[in-house]
Amino acid sequence: MTEALLEVTDLTKHYPVRAGVLRRQVGTVHAVDGVSFALGTGETLGLVGESGCGKSTVARSVLRLVEPTSGQIRLRGEDITHLSKAELRPHRRSMQIVFQDPFASLNPRMTAGDIVGEPIAVHGLASGKALEARVAKLFEQVGLRPDQMRNFPHQFSGGQRQRICIARALALEPRLIVCDEPVSALDVSIQAQVINLLIDLQRQHGFSYLFIAHDLAVVAHISHRVAVMYLGRIVEIADKDELFRNPRHPYTQALLASVPIANPHAKKIAPLVDGDVPSPVNPPSGCAFHTRCRFAMERCKTERPALVDAGAGHQVACLLNEGTGRPNAIP
Amino acid sequence: MTEKSDIVLDVKNLKTVFFTNSGLFKAVDDVSFTVKRGETLAIVGESGCGKSVTALSLLRLVPDPPGRIVGGSVTLEGTDLLTLDEAAMRAIRGNRISMIFQEPMTSLNPVMRIGDQIVEAVRLHRNLSAKEAHDIAVEMLRLVRIPEPARRAGEYPHQLSGGMRQRAMIAMALACRPALLIADEPTTALDVTIQAQILALILDLQKELGTGLVLITHDLGVVAQTAQRVIVMYAGKKVEEASVEALFAAPKHPYTRGLMASIPAVPASGVPAQARLNEIPGTVPSLVRLPTGCAFAPRCKLAIKRCQEEYPPLADWGGGHLAACWRAAEVAEVA
Repeated sequence: MTEALLEVTDLTKHYPVRAGVLRRQVGTVHAVDGVSFALGTGETLGLVGESGCGKSTVARSVLRLVEPTSGQIRLRGEDITHLSKAELRPHRRSMQIVFQDPFASLNPRMTAGDIVGEPIAVHGLASGKALEARVAKLFEQVGLRPDQMRNFPHQFSGGQRQRICIARALALEPRLIVCDEPVSALDVSIQAQVINLLIDLQRQHGFSYLFIAHDLAVVAHISHRVAVMYLGRIVEIADKDELFRNPRHPYTQALLASVPIANPHAKKIAPLVDGDVPSPVNPPSGCAFHTRCRFAMERCKTERPALVDAGAGHQVACLLNEGTGRPNAIP
Repeated sequence: MTEKSDIVLDVKNLKTVFFTNSGLFKAVDDVSFTVKRGETLAIVGESGCGKSVTALSLLRLVPDPPGRIVGGSVTLEGTDLLTLDEAAMRAIRGNRISMIFQEPMTSLNPVMRIGDQIVEAVRLHRNLSAKEAHDIAVEMLRLVRIPEPARRAGEYPHQLSGGMRQRAMIAMALACRPALLIADEPTTALDVTIQAQILALILDLQKELGTGLVLITHDLGVVAQTAQRVIVMYAGKKVEEASVEALFAAPKHPYTRGLMASIPAVPASGVPAQARLNEIPGTVPSLVRLPTGCAFAPRCKLAIKRCQEEYPPLADWGGGHLAACWRAAEVAEVA
């Protein structure tokens, strides 16, 4: 792997649950529970999992939009976990985010050109004609016409709005772009356009993506490495090809088996897990997945498996077969 | 009630329009299809293609104003639903034809117990005592595999998870054993492992009860795994219809082909990281300003002059494989 741009160590985020007139704390939401990973320069790490698994909280903690309860975030080797707002500002330039809903993340009363130019103006990097020229260039980079700079967000389609969000993220020439479900709200034919754009931009500029999505096919397509999360923890992380060819954690296997394949001759949907994801307020003891796991053993209820190396950069947190996570036979 | 024919639903030349400030638009334009007993017909397309309005038209639930069904027929078990008065339609809705929606939280009554909501649906159509109807409700909850159905029947929607709520919706929709079930994006709001459970459940129950199913979705994976026949819609029109095997093996319409090429596949080994996807350029046209010819022509690589001038008829390419494209014969060779 290339030099790490971002290193996250043992990141934890707990939210208090309060109830009653005195708003006494009656519980804790374990949104993120000890997550560690590294992201190299020019690399895309995909983060997948179902709703409530903590993937968006990880994304927001990395940008310090959410204050982590504990753990460490290092950007280009520097610890940014406890920096004050003012100290953080120069770092903000190098990390940007693209949100899921391009309808909610653009100010409806600003023109598209002003939206994209605002970060440049805020950081005092250009003004007047120079600013306008930079914004025009950004518009071209994301496949919009510079004459559309005067238009307002409602005059754009969903795909075009997401292009505006991407242009805004690019404006400060960041090294890391967090993409939180950037294509989930888009139609299939538009989704492909945006994914291609993200890939092209990465090739041109060499920045890294932390790419969050629930759609495994999309994540698999864009990522170099993929991490699978379940109830606030990473249960498996590996190179994309390795993960999809050789999934070791029973949860990853269930997730892959659940994806409907666009081929009528492919194996029919076979749900490998029953029931729902347990509440993160009282996550199950031991391995959080043991309540739904087909291979759960007595040990899984009490011992929390650590993420261990299973060879070829493949890490898995499962007690099966001495921690290799490899079930004996996959039907 | 006993129909000799195998065909449960026969829709002919359905036309639904909306009158809006920016003009009249044809949300569903001349759409025809049939559904057999126990068959699953999928309607696919992107937002605004008219698939949901088609579903609402079948149940006569299109809000009027601004919408109105202006033509065609919807024949369910021999009765044309479009000619019925509202009272007769109410007797059929939820009874012979019912629907499940995308978002179970907004389609269940939040202040009514799950069981009572099913009881209400059952007693509306069948002359049963409260006790008998309650027993049916519990039985239906058991049928959709909700654990502890008797206890769950006494709970409110907010006490159930998303997957459980969608199961409760299915229980309600099937409580009167309808001949036809319409499912509008039933799993889109659910996580993928729950989606697999719900799809498997719908298909099991359909087989068990012999219900005809119209499944509306934007997900070609769901289509491939569930449907027997497929309709592809674009800008209010049916552009292609085929059996699921024929459609995936050799799509005839350039839009269908483009759609299939633009979805990333769950990686088969050997696909390099970050291969480019085939994209369809441009966006879905506004229904208010549709071009004279084929609505897909401005985005189509194969478009010729004729495509811009004349709308292509639906032609049969053998085995009931219909496609509306002047260049359907060349699609396979070019793309």
